[in-house]
Formats: sequence, structure tokens, C-alpha cells
Amino acid sequence: MQPLDLSAVDLVAAVRQGDVSAVQCTEAFLKRIEQVDGRVNAFLKVDREGALARAAAIDARRKAGGPLGPLAGLPVAVKDVLCTADMPTTCASRMLENFLPPYDAEVVRRLRAADAVIVGKTNMDEFAMGGSNENSAFATVHNPWDLTRAPGGSSGGSAACVAADMAPVAIGSDTGGSIRQPAALCGITGLKPTYGTVSRRGLIAFASSLDQIGPMARSAADCALVMETIAGHDAGDSTSLPHAVPRYTELLEQPLTGLRIGRVAAHFAEGLDPEVARGVEEAFAAFKAAGATIHEVELPHAKYGIPTYYLIAPCEASSNLARYDGAHYGHRAEPGKGHRAEPGKGHRAEPGTTFDSPLAEMYCRSRAEGFGPEVKRRIMLGTYALSAGYYDAYYAKALRVRRLIRQDYLDAFQQVDLIGGPTSATAAFALGEKSNDPLAMYLVDMYTVTANLAGIGGISFPCGFTKAGLPIGFQLQGPALAEPLLLRAADRYQRLTDWHLRRPKLPA
Amino acid sequence: MSLSRQDVAKVASLARLALSADDLDRMTGELQKIVGLVSQLAEVDTSSVAPLAHPLDAENVFRADEPQPSLTTAEALQSAPRHDGECFLVPAVLGESGAA
Amino acid sequence: MTTPTATAAPYTTIIGLEVHVQLQTRTKLFCGCSTRFGGPPNTQVCPTCLGLPGSLPVMNRHAFDLAVRAALALDCTIAPFTKWDRKNYFYPDLPKGYQISQYDLPFSSNGQLEVVDPKGAFARNVGIIRVHLEEDAGKSMHDEAAGTADTRIDLNRAGTPLCEIVTQPDLRSPQEARAWLNELKLLLVYLGVSDCNMQEGSLRVDANVNLHIPLAGEGGAEGRVAKTPIVEIKNMNSFRSVERALAYEAARQWEEWQATKAELGTTPKQTRGWDDPAGVTRAQRHKEESSDYRYFPDPDLVPVTVTAAEVAAARAAMGDPPTVLRKALEAKWKISAYDADVLVNQGRDLVAWFEELATLVGEGKVASNWMQQDVLRTLNERGGTIGEFPVTPAAVADIIGRVQKGDFDTSRGREIFAAVLASGRPVADVVAGMGIAAVSDDDLVALCRELLAANPKVVADVRGGKEQAAAGLIGQAKKKNPNVNPAKVRQICLDLIKGM
Ligand SMILES: [Mg+2]
Ligand SMILES: [Zn+2]
Repeated sequence: MQPLDLSAVDLVAAVRQGDVSAVQCTEAFLKRIEQVDGRVNAFLKVDREGALARAAAIDARRKAGGPLGPLAGLPVAVKDVLCTADMPTTCASRMLENFLPPYDAEVVRRLRAADAVIVGKTNMDEFAMGGSNENSAFATVHNPWDLTRAPGGSSGGSAACVAADMAPVAIGSDTGGSIRQPAALCGITGLKPTYGTVSRRGLIAFASSLDQIGPMARSAADCALVMETIAGHDAGDSTSLPHAVPRYTELLEQPLTGLRIGRVAAHFAEGLDPEVARGVEEAFAAFKAAGATIHEVELPHAKYGIPTYYLIAPCEASSNLARYDGAHYGHRAEPGKGHRAEPGKGHRAEPGTTFDSPLAEMYCRSRAEGFGPEVKRRIMLGTYALSAGYYDAYYAKALRVRRLIRQDYLDAFQQVDLIGGPTSATAAFALGEKSNDPLAMYLVDMYTVTANLAGIGGISFPCGFTKAGLPIGFQLQGPALAEPLLLRAADRYQRLTDWHLRRPKLPA
Repeated sequence: MSLSRQDVAKVASLARLALSADDLDRMTGELQKIVGLVSQLAEVDTSSVAPLAHPLDAENVFRADEPQPSLTTAEALQSAPRHDGECFLVPAVLGESGAA
Repeated sequence: MTTPTATAAPYTTIIGLEVHVQLQTRTKLFCGCSTRFGGPPNTQVCPTCLGLPGSLPVMNRHAFDLAVRAALALDCTIAPFTKWDRKNYFYPDLPKGYQISQYDLPFSSNGQLEVVDPKGAFARNVGIIRVHLEEDAGKSMHDEAAGTADTRIDLNRAGTPLCEIVTQPDLRSPQEARAWLNELKLLLVYLGVSDCNMQEGSLRVDANVNLHIPLAGEGGAEGRVAKTPIVEIKNMNSFRSVERALAYEAARQWEEWQATKAELGTTPKQTRGWDDPAGVTRAQRHKEESSDYRYFPDPDLVPVTVTAAEVAAARAAMGDPPTVLRKALEAKWKISAYDADVLVNQGRDLVAWFEELATLVGEGKVASNWMQQDVLRTLNERGGTIGEFPVTPAAVADIIGRVQKGDFDTSRGREIFAAVLASGRPVADVVAGMGIAAVSDDDLVALCRELLAANPKVVADVRGGKEQAAAGLIGQAKKKNPNVNPAKVRQICLDLIKGM
């Protein structure tokens, strides 16, 4: 029994039956991390001792005939945007380099309660802002399919660790595509649930009205298994939906006959890589062969998704990240010398920088030192767009377009059950290719941001490979709370294809 | 709308970000481009569209007025850059409180 | 009506108030931490009120309900839809970098609260612009003497629910402002909305004040009215300070006007702090960009809707506010407006105590007199609340009943009241213990005959038409038997003399 080769569903079953122990399972993945993560940098923190102790406790309980949680013995990697009381939580930022939360995120609590074994915290773009993982303050993640390429972002560490068999399952977060896009670029399956399905409590906020936590795994079936643990109402999150958790794994068994899948012609306009286009068209064909019907639909305002997103997300972020000021936790700049200014001269940091007060200096310099360039750009953009005189032209305008984008989906879902298309316009791009051009980087989320703006769910799964051997991602989007259908459709596709079973050649 | 270096300096001050002269130049250029991108929205007719601040339709989410355990002071202060075991310490704040 | 000062001065003082009131909840607005005052620093904090990464707010139902009650008491309209906004600014006692407050859609607006001076000096109906709900900040403690030493931050108070009440600039004198604040406090305490304890920060007042100065027009005609720049006064720690600060500020603005003739709109709004020991207001440092709060809807919270039925239910459950209660007491117990005011101003529990007494006595006026002259006076001397008062309404009613029956007179009754208060023993015991027994009519007649025999001059005076001479007999009667009823002694003596 080789744990690395098993799906999460099979692993959990094997542990339950005693075919493999939780410790054996954990050790196998920890060993793989040791062997390959030096090249991938998927993890910011590996909790070897904690994971093994936890696995041993689960094995002991099993031996004693005690009850086992639904994820007993399953190693899980958690994006470092989720608070863990036993491990630092950094958001891949210098700002939080030494931050130890005094509490577990609700998702982490649920994973532990389900007897999952948290093996470590995964790398990401700083504060989840980015599409390549190059914005991590600590290390660049390398795509396991080609180490010179980006894994996507911001959940690049979570995607890469699953792709490289360092964990069967990882938890990611998706604000504009941060689960789906890296899943596409790393050839795995990633689900962004409907807003409110998974509690955000303990998820370090980037843009609160867009953020959503979801599973990343090799297959839709594995994502369904994890969803049964992490989804569900949380009274501690006012934006958590009160609905009962569906039996995602059982609902996979229903056939797809009669499923109507929408295809948006605009998705295939300029900018889409021809190889990606081919892979996506083949996936449509495979769905058709499986009994689904394909229908042309329109999302007329989707082309405004990126500008809408790049107002709403930075506005919320500028406020969400105000708390990182060096006062109560996080990075604090050392006091400077001779920086006192005359009162009223402002906080500006011109040459020979002066500050109103030692406090103003602490704020301005702590934030300048603690945040990376992309985070600063978004804070600046959001601060600007919310400031006096600009609110209506930018933030309020974006909220109006947001409604139009959502309405497009509501209209389209009158005609079809799901909408299919590419997750990302290209396969994995080279590290450094877009890192000096913020605008080019912003466009990587063009197919994914609209789901966040509308609050609906989306799933990405592999649907082929480029000639260079890079995975291509197919995205399905569904109406609110259609996760059972998204998972079922992806699972059916994966029963008919084997793209998701292909592994990168990353020798130990 | 164009964005001047002076505007950017004012925004940096509002956002409490110390920017060097070079930072300010670079940031001005980048923000001008991004503002150009987001300004595309001006072409959308939204005259009869209400803002949508949040994807949820939920309302009236409350909790009961029942005490829950608080953290210990040690837990509250565990990641503080400076504290005296009781309080967070910050550089001198003079004058009135900023509240409320 | 206007105040004497306002008519005497060459200007009208225009005052508006902004009051923050802490709601009487057990827990904070968005988390389950206790709101108890005075705990050791940072012992009533959790991830939410510390603003830790990943923490989320969930609104306290009771806080919202109390806020609605306050707004209804202030005659406000309750909005059917309200939402929560973030007010962004940096301050170390504000751990999230924003305060959750309400901006363009407060839950209530457009109310009023009248204040009437019982002595008739003024009656003012003060408009309420809005009442909104928001969270409090923490506490910054700085030892000025220590110079550059660090400021200490205690976040126990951070997240405590506050109602912010903003009035129209309808007040016309410092005295009115103080009286209005007293009325507001009484109202909110009556309704259980807040304890309004200023020492503990449960009620905080900022005041906006300027002067309207009528200028003489050409040829002695009436000219335009000049308005001085509005000044916001902060740091007032008692209603007395509010009155003093406003009086100082009005005088200061008048002097400044005479020197500069600066009018509203020519300078940015100034904030001045009240220095209580020095008795002056001082300009506070101008905070750069402090006004650009970048409000936007808090995406961590959802809106609140309130139906007309819910408003009606809240109104029904509210109980009578003081204004209604004063009128009700006046009408029901036939007491004066002044007496009703005194009773109501002591709070709801004292009114209940009074009504129990009045019911037992069967009459309001006597009960009210006893309340004011005996119960309230002793209560003020002793301190404490009416709930802790050791004498019950039944005991006082017992004493009043015996006086009314003629067992003894009112001053004897007072002595008994004092003895009951001191000993904690039942009225009957005290009466017996003091040897007070009702003197029989036969005994009284015998005693009076004795006195008349011993005082022929009094008898002669009375017969000569000087009935008041009989008063001299009463003192002698009391010496012989302290329990005699003076009125009865007087009457019997007069009757006996007539029959002689
Ligand atoms: Mg306020
Ligand atoms: Zn708390």
C-alpha cells in the first residue's frame, strides 16, 4: 500500500480499515515533502512533530475502538491565510512573519475535529494578492510540471503541493480565482464554493465580500469528501449561509443525462491560447458524449469583470489591511532618529522624510517595511477609490456593474445548468514573465473573477495538456449553491478521462 | 481622471504608507495605468442600476447577548511588538482620542 | 421662552449636542466579551475586539433592541432598512483601523426631546437629527509627566455598543444644554437603555456652539445676523462641565468676534478641549485628513430590516417615558407639576415606591408630601437607591394612617418615622416602645378640665374673644402626656370654655 498513490477517498477508507496507519500515511507525505519541496517551495511551514503526534493519537484511538472522524488520518495542507493556533500564520508577508494567532480558523477547527492531519502551511501570494505566487515575501513557488514556471496564485503553494504529491488535499482561498487558476496551472482540481458556504472565520481577509475557502485535490471526488467537513453554517460568521450541508459524495452518483452546459463565445475571443482553446473544446465534446447538451449563452458584462474586481477588491483590502499598523501585532519599524516634523506637515515620506509624531512614523514605516509592492499598490488603489470625491466614480460605480455581472449569470442560468469554459487563458507562464507588469498579471483572472463578484461557485479541473506538457484547466460555474452539481459534473468527466491522474515527473 | 504625483502622496498619507521619492514615482506610474484600466467602467450605463455591495441577500443576522470566554491577557498580547504584560505599548499618543 | 442671559446678551448662543451613550448589554456589540467596567486591562478581549487577522463580527441582538428603544423614546423614525459602515482611521485604540458605525443609512432619524424648566425659565423642543449604533474604541493611557514614555493601550472597552445621538442646534443657553442632558439621561436610565454613568464613560458629550449676532442695518434698521465659526468642544466630564464650558466658549467667541469679526465658513471647523481645573477651552491640534474616513458598507455584516409591527411591539414594551409619567402622576394623584417633576426625576423605582404608598394611603398629596419631606430627604442624607431604603411604603402608610386617625400629630409621626428608620422595627412596636398610646377621650376631657382649672387667665382671654390663647394650654398638655393630640386638646378646651 503506497499512500502517495491513493486518492483522499481511498486513503481515508484504508486508514479506517487498518490497511494503512495514520502514522504511515503521514510519514509517507512528510518524506515526499522532504524530498521535493526544496525545489517547489510549496510549504512555508511543515509541522512534522505535530502531524505525527496527531496521526499517532488517531491510530491509538482506532486501536482502542474509539470513534474516528470522517477524515481520519488524511494529511491536509492549509494555505497560510488560515489561522492556526499551533503554527505561525504569515499570509506570506513580512508583516505577519512572527504572528501566532491565539485561535484556529473555523475550517481548521473542523478539519481537526474530523481527524484530518494538518501537515503544514502552504505558500501563497502575500495576503492572497497575486496570480503567480511570486508575491510571497518568503519564497517563490515553482510549478511541479516545469520548475521554471509559475504555479499560479494566490493559492500556488496549495496547488503545487497537491500536484507534487506532497499532500493529497490542500485548502485554498479564492477571491478572484485564487483556487481555480493555480489548480488549472498545476493540473489539479479546485473548487471555489458559493459565497457563504464555508465559514470565513479565521481566514485572513483580503476582500471580504469576495473571499471564499475551498478544497484543492487531485479529483472532484476528493474535493467532495473535504467539502463535507469544511462546509456548513457558522454562527460566528454573519455571512455564513444557514443551509444544511449536502451529502456531496453521495450526490456524485447521479447521472448527467440532460445536463445543459452553457458555452460563452466571448471566452474564445482573442487572448485565449489556441492550445488551451483546443483542450477546452475537447472537454465540451466529452461532456456532450456523456449525455450533456451544450448551449451558447452570453454574459455581456463579463468583460468588465477585471476592472470591477480591481476596484472592489482593493477598496475592501485597503480597509481590511488597515489593522496591520505595528500597534498590536505584526511588524513594527524600529524608531527612526530625527524624524520629528512640525505639526501639520503630514505623514509624507519625501526625501528627508518627516512625520507628524512618533506614532505616525511607526504606522507609516511599519506598513512600508511590512508590505510588499503588490499589497501596497492595492492598498493605495483602494484608498484612492474610496477617498472623498472619488467614491461615486469608482467604488459605487463598480458596485453597479457588479450587479449587472450577477444579473448576467442569473439570466444565463435560466437557460443552462452550468457554464463551461477555460479557467485561465494560458497554461503555466514562466516565472518572471509578468511580475514586472501588474496589469498583465491582473488579466490572468479574467475568466474567474466574475464568479466571485456574483458570489457563485466554480470548479477547475484538468482537461488536457499543451505540447510542452503543461496542464490545461476547464472551469465550470454554477448558480448559487450548485456545488453538488459542479462536483458531480467534474467527477463524471473524471470517470471518463484520466487527465487528473497524470503526475508531473518530479523525481525524489 | 488623471492621477498626479501629489495625489498619490496624499493617498499614501491617508493609507499610512511611507513612500520614498522613488517609490512615489513608480507608484504614480503604476496607479495611473491601473486607474486607466478601471476607468473602463465609465462606459457602462448604470443609471438605472442599484449598487450591489455584497453577493449575499441575507439580513438580520444576530447573536444573543450571552458572554463567551475571552482570551487571557497573555494570549491577547502574545504577538504584540511591545507590551508590559498588561497593555499594548505604542509610541506616545498625545492629545485627544480618535474616537468615536 | 428665552433665558434671561440670552435676552440680556447682544447675541444668541446656538448649541447642538452629540452624545455617545453606552448601551446596557452584558456583552460587546460584535463579540461575546463582557462590557463590565473596571476590569484589569486586556482581560475582556477576544480575536474580534482585538481586531486580530481573520476575526469576524456578529451583531448583538440586545444592543440593537436597546438602540431602537432609545430612538423610539426620542421620537425618532425607525428605518425599515439599515446597514453598517466602516469609518476608516488610524488610532491605536482602534485595533481594526476602522470603526464599525453607520453612515448614510442610520437605523433612526428625525426625532425630538423636549426639556421644560419646572421653574418656568425655558421650554425647548430639541430636534434629534439621527441616532445610530456603533462600536466604542479602547482606551489610551498616557502619563504626561513621563514625557516621551509609551502610551499604554487597553482594549477592554473596544467594541462596547454605543448609541450616538446628534441633536439639531436647537439649544439656546448653557443652562438649557445642561437641563436637556439631565432629561436625556433620565429618559435613557428610565428605559433601561443605559446607566449613563459619566464617570465610567457610559455617557459622553461633545457640543457644537456658535453665536448669532444681530447687526444693526443702515439707518438703524434691522440688519443681517452674523454667525461666528462653529466650535466643537470635547473632554467634558460632567453636565456641570458642559454648562461651564459652553458659557466660557460663548463668552470667548463674543470676545473673538469683537476682535476679528470672523464669520462662519471663513475658517475650518475648530475643535477645542475643555480644561476643567483651569475653566477654559483650548484649541486641539489639527489632525490632518481626519475628515476623510472613506466610509463604505462593512462586507462582514449584513443589513438589518425592521417591520412596522416590530416597531410597534418595541414601542409597547418600552414603558412610559418621564414626560408621560409626570403628566400621569399629576392627573392620577392630584399633585402639582413641581411635585411630579421631583418624583419622576428620581427615577422609575422611586415613582413605583411613591405609587405604592399613595395607593395604601388612598391619597396622593399627603403621600407626595411625605415622599418629599421625609423619604427623599433621608434618602439624600443616607445615599443609596430607593430599592435599598429600609422603610417600606406600608410602614409609612401605617404612620400616615395613625396621624390621620388622630392618634398623634404629624411631628410625632416624623419622630416615629425616624425611629422606624433607625431601629428597623415595625411601626406598632415603635409606637408602643415610645409609650405612645392613643389617649381616650375621657382622659383627654379630664386632662383639659385640670388645665383650665389651673389657668384661669387663659379661660378669661378665650372668653374675651382671644381663641389663640388656648395654644398656651397645648404645650402644658403635652408635658403632662406626650401622646395627646394637640388639635383635639385645643378643641376640647374651647368647647369646655364655651360650656362654662
Ligand atoms: Mg460616533
Ligand atoms: Zn471580544
